Amino acid sequence: MDSPSGFQADEAGAMLRETADRLLADRLTPQARAQAAEGEWPDDVWAALDEVGLPAAILPEEAGGFGVPVADALSLLTVAGRHALPLPLADTMLAGLLLARAGIQVPAGPLAVAQGSDVRLDRAGRATGQAWGVPWGRHARAVVVLADSPGGPVLIALPQAALTVEPGTDIAGDPSDAVRFEAVSAEGAPAPFGAADLRAAGAATRALMIAGALGAVGTMTVGYAGERRQFGRAIGQFQAVQQSLAVLAGQAASAAAAADLAAEAVAAWAASPGPGLLPAVAAAKIRTGEAAGQAVAIAHQVHGAIGFTEEHRLHHYTGRLRAWRDAFGRESEWAQVLGRHLIAAGPEGLWPAITAV
Amino acid sequence: MSRFTFPPPPPSPEADILRAEIRAFLANELNHRAPLDRAQSWNGLDPAFSRKLGQRGWLGLTWPKAYGGQERSGLERYVLLEELLAAGAPVGAHWIAERQSGPSLLRYGTEAQKSAILPRIAAGECFFCIGMSEPDSGSDLASVRTKAVRDGDGWRVNGTKLWTTNATHCHFMILFCRTGPPDREHRHAGTSQFIVDLSLPGITIRPVRNLLGEHHFNEVVFEDATLPEDALLGREGEGWAQVTGELAYERSGPERFLSSFWLLVELVRALQPAADARAEIALGRLGAQLITLRRMSRSVAGLLQAGADPALEAAMVKDLGALVEQEIPEIARDLLAEGPPTLQSRTFAQVLAYTALHAPSFSLRGGTREILRGIIARGLGLR
Repeated sequence: MDSPSGFQADEAGAMLRETADRLLADRLTPQARAQAAEGEWPDDVWAALDEVGLPAAILPEEAGGFGVPVADALSLLTVAGRHALPLPLADTMLAGLLLARAGIQVPAGPLAVAQGSDVRLDRAGRATGQAWGVPWGRHARAVVVLADSPGGPVLIALPQAALTVEPGTDIAGDPSDAVRFEAVSAEGAPAPFGAADLRAAGAATRALMIAGALGAVGTMTVGYAGERRQFGRAIGQFQAVQQSLAVLAGQAASAAAAADLAAEAVAAWAASPGPGLLPAVAAAKIRTGEAAGQAVAIAHQVHGAIGFTEEHRLHHYTGRLRAWRDAFGRESEWAQVLGRHLIAAGPEGLWPAITAV
Repeated sequence: MSRFTFPPPPPSPEADILRAEIRAFLANELNHRAPLDRAQSWNGLDPAFSRKLGQRGWLGLTWPKAYGGQERSGLERYVLLEELLAAGAPVGAHWIAERQSGPSLLRYGTEAQKSAILPRIAAGECFFCIGMSEPDSGSDLASVRTKAVRDGDGWRVNGTKLWTTNATHCHFMILFCRTGPPDREHRHAGTSQFIVDLSLPGITIRPVRNLLGEHHFNEVVFEDATLPEDALLGREGEGWAQVTGELAYERSGPERFLSSFWLLVELVRALQPAADARAEIALGRLGAQLITLRRMSRSVAGLLQAGADPALEAAMVKDLGALVEQEIPEIARDLLAEGPPTLQSRTFAQVLAYTALHAPSFSLRGGTREILRGIIARGLGLR
């Protein structure tokens, strides 16, 4: 699939990314990060993001957005990745995108989409059940889940007040909660998509954040190799280290290209849901997940012991890279989706299935 | 890491139309070919097939019409190449001439050289080989010892070129050699390129068989071979700049990640009608790599078309591409349980053996893995 913007710089996207980048460089201070690591909500950072409208950038104008193309809005998530953002910007954007598509009013404030749920609807349409893998669930104004109904999937925004939260954390220490709810009259509407598409949209947000974080990790690691001196020279002068850094750069670039594919596929799907979403997002989530694994190992190897300390910022990135590659489906889950699709295409259809992505 | 950028490839509706034409043509041309032939990828040699492509205007697609081209976009050419490779078309005869000799001639050739040779390449009637490597000069290309010295109105050449693919089937070689004394301070100075008519006296071509017993490589020996004055390509002493200018074309194309593709086709055939989860996951992982590499390679095609110099990005595509090409046979061999041989499993086993045995060459030819990573490291500012 080709980008509609082609080689013209996507100005809306570039401006958004620049705004977010400056804002986070300024507001995401070591204190704010420490606060988040302690499990507190860094409200002033969120308020700053909210003030310039970043969480709403993905919404259509009628739902409170400001007319930014979806692919450009999604590119904000590469900036979130570049800053190892300890806030649910991706989740709020994702929830907003899904709710707007189902025609449900998008609540203000941070939102979440559950990675897994078991929801029953009674005759009155009240929801009972549980959801898990809910990023920042304890802080979300609403948690989005998909429920089965005789008429097809129904998208539901469960309000915060109706939820019992069991706090948990992901491997990076960011909140990943379970929630329970009983007979909740929540706002719901028939979803013009199923659970697989919802999971794919979530996976796409993680692919984009991984791509952004890998860019930062690459820059950080190359920079460190240029400064750190051993045996009388910068360690980046040694061929063995250079070869590792070249691999890291290749993985970062490959992840970025794959994440672009995912962003374009989600944008096309938001305009008109179709079967093109799954193969593109699957490829992106697999590739970014694999790249994250290789890059994390190399970045730590090059940084040596200092990169293994709490004080050093490297683990803010490498921890979240590990968390994001696990979220909304690991590599093997998506590989099975993509592999089944390619095998079903058959020997004659294999290549056309690849060029269709 | 922003030094490496792979912008979205620009849209090309013309290329989509061309893709349909090519698929129809190839379905008709290749259906009778044996899987093992199709697995040869761009090693497959069939001058008659190359002429057919020439007759359709599909060689030198982007070149000026005055030289036999069609003045179509680099993205259309990209689609043509990937469709040919994915279908296992025998493109080896014209591959080098179309990919890099022709573009070098267009860039550096005289009017007479261009008019004489380019239309013949575009017609699929004139084939080229690369005269870079030597017995003592592989990755270290600047150390070449083959030498051309001025001799009356022409040049006298002595030395030996090695690993010259398809030399026995080619009409010309673009020779990279020394025309000035070696200079330890400026290793790249004093080199030049020549268009060498391989039928000239003083040139001996000897086959070098590869580990499968195939004859693709050759040794080309120059013993007082006399080249005419107008054999010089570009400017005397500019050989290094010219030869490295070819590399973005040589390294970023779809042949850098599709060399094992026919094995994947045979694997998918052998897995029909249904595969287990392990096979699905393995296919999915390989598919994700190919889909991503294709995106990156098309991005480089877009950059080339826009006049950029994506030499670093090209090195990256080739490095990543060779890894996948080498991974495909490793994974394929492990997926199919050994049962009683059937026609299908025999075909699969043949294609697997062919691809697996060729795989080591994928990270050697066109720049070794280590050289490519050194180039990437230089791009990162590390050397």
